[in-house]
Amino acid sequence: MTGLERGSAAVVGVAESDLGAVAAGTTPVDLMAQASIRALDDCGLSLKDVDGIFAATSQLRNPTLQLCDYLGVTPKYQDGTNIGGCSFESHLGHAQAAIQAGLCEVALIAYGSTQRLMGRSKVNQREFNPYETPYRPFLPSSAYALSASRHMHQFGTTRRQLAEVAVAARQWALLNPLAWEKESLSIDDVLNARMVSHPFSVRDICLLSDGGGAIVVTSATRARSMRKTPAYVLGVGEHMSHASISAMPDLTVSPAAFSGPAAFRMAGLAPKDIDVLQLYDAFTLNPIMFLEDLGYCKKGEGGAFVEGGRIAPGGALSVNTNGGGLSYCHPGMYGIFLLIEAVRQIRGERGDAQARNHKLGLVHANGMVYSAGVTVILGDADTL
Amino acid sequence: MPALQKSPHQIYAEHCEKGLLAYQVEVDTGKAIFHPRVVAPGSGSTGLDWKISGGRGTVHATTVVFEKGQPSHNVCLVDLDEGYRMMSRVEGVPPLDVAIGLRVQVRFAPSGDGQPPYPVFVPLGEAA
Repeated sequence: MTGLERGSAAVVGVAESDLGAVAAGTTPVDLMAQASIRALDDCGLSLKDVDGIFAATSQLRNPTLQLCDYLGVTPKYQDGTNIGGCSFESHLGHAQAAIQAGLCEVALIAYGSTQRLMGRSKVNQREFNPYETPYRPFLPSSAYALSASRHMHQFGTTRRQLAEVAVAARQWALLNPLAWEKESLSIDDVLNARMVSHPFSVRDICLLSDGGGAIVVTSATRARSMRKTPAYVLGVGEHMSHASISAMPDLTVSPAAFSGPAAFRMAGLAPKDIDVLQLYDAFTLNPIMFLEDLGYCKKGEGGAFVEGGRIAPGGALSVNTNGGGLSYCHPGMYGIFLLIEAVRQIRGERGDAQARNHKLGLVHANGMVYSAGVTVILGDADTL
Repeated sequence: MPALQKSPHQIYAEHCEKGLLAYQVEVDTGKAIFHPRVVAPGSGSTGLDWKISGGRGTVHATTVVFEKGQPSHNVCLVDLDEGYRMMSRVEGVPPLDVAIGLRVQVRFAPSGDGQPPYPVFVPLGEAA
């Protein structure tokens, strides 16, 4: 064994907590725990089976301790890694490593946030950076907007092309009963919406919601006896490079350019093999950059690639089939929801939003301001 | 590495007080480094020298922040001619007119909220 082994672990249980706007007084750990019990129910396991705890949230300093306390568990292994919204994909790779090494057998990965209930500014503690804060960037939006300005300058990407991403996400969301947004959205609606940080209008930016989620991960051997189709972890790639946007090595190349190839190498697969993609869409530019960096089109051609509803329902490529962070939910850190949707697609559970082919799913998650990226490739038993 | 007599940020801020834009170079390679720090990124070298920038640069990326109830303001990344990049803003032109490629010159703005003077930019040739 020299690293993560293709297919050595699988996601066997997934669930969201309550989403959208949660009941007054709800805490982030309430939502973590609610999602955890639902995810365990999903696979037919109970708290007694859990011997690994993984958690991250922007609202708690010690989320794994809080979750252990709340659930009354004393796990053999834990990991509270926080690299922003892609923390949970990182947890999945770390859980796979821990399971391979025999450090735990059933890993619970959980998230919860009440950022809508509490107010966004109260739950996201910003570190004062004397080299950025005086200029009053509206973070993270302005960081992504700076990247977008370069993408538009270098490659001719247009606001209309960015809007295609928001419109496609909304069309998927209208097929998802759990999605926050319930009304149709046009390209002109996006272009004419209130500007937040140019070139992004409020419709180019993810939602502000409450919510949580959890997934249960176990060994491939144990996964076979679970209630539902396991989603085997075929590939994981992780990359990080900077904390502040002013230090991003190239504003038009995201960490996906490194995490993606690593995940494909581990999986022994290529972009064309993947049936359905979940790409962290905190801003409309993100999926465009990720499609380029993951190898679905050449660098700079992502804007043209998404035109004409290509990633919308009925399009050639199924992307963000739950409606994404732009229209389904976005409680601060979105990464857990990418994994939940990827697993449901592989199981064939997504009803009206089910992709035609769904044996292989790719998740690409993003952390902070293109600071970190984790790519995960999941597949059903036929892909092992 | 010896104990610090002054933090990198303190040295930087003292230059700002005098209207000087300071940056570091890695002695071994001549590479420009920003923000200030105690070791060179990548190499870990502690051989760092302070230099004073000529304050001329080119806008690398730009955005305009629209705050409710406030005038919109520019936020940009500027590539200094010495070979480093920093966040700043361009003043003296409407925020949406700040274009990538614009040549700019530093000047120092008091923030008015208790912070020390900090560098902003104006289009080159219009520096006061």
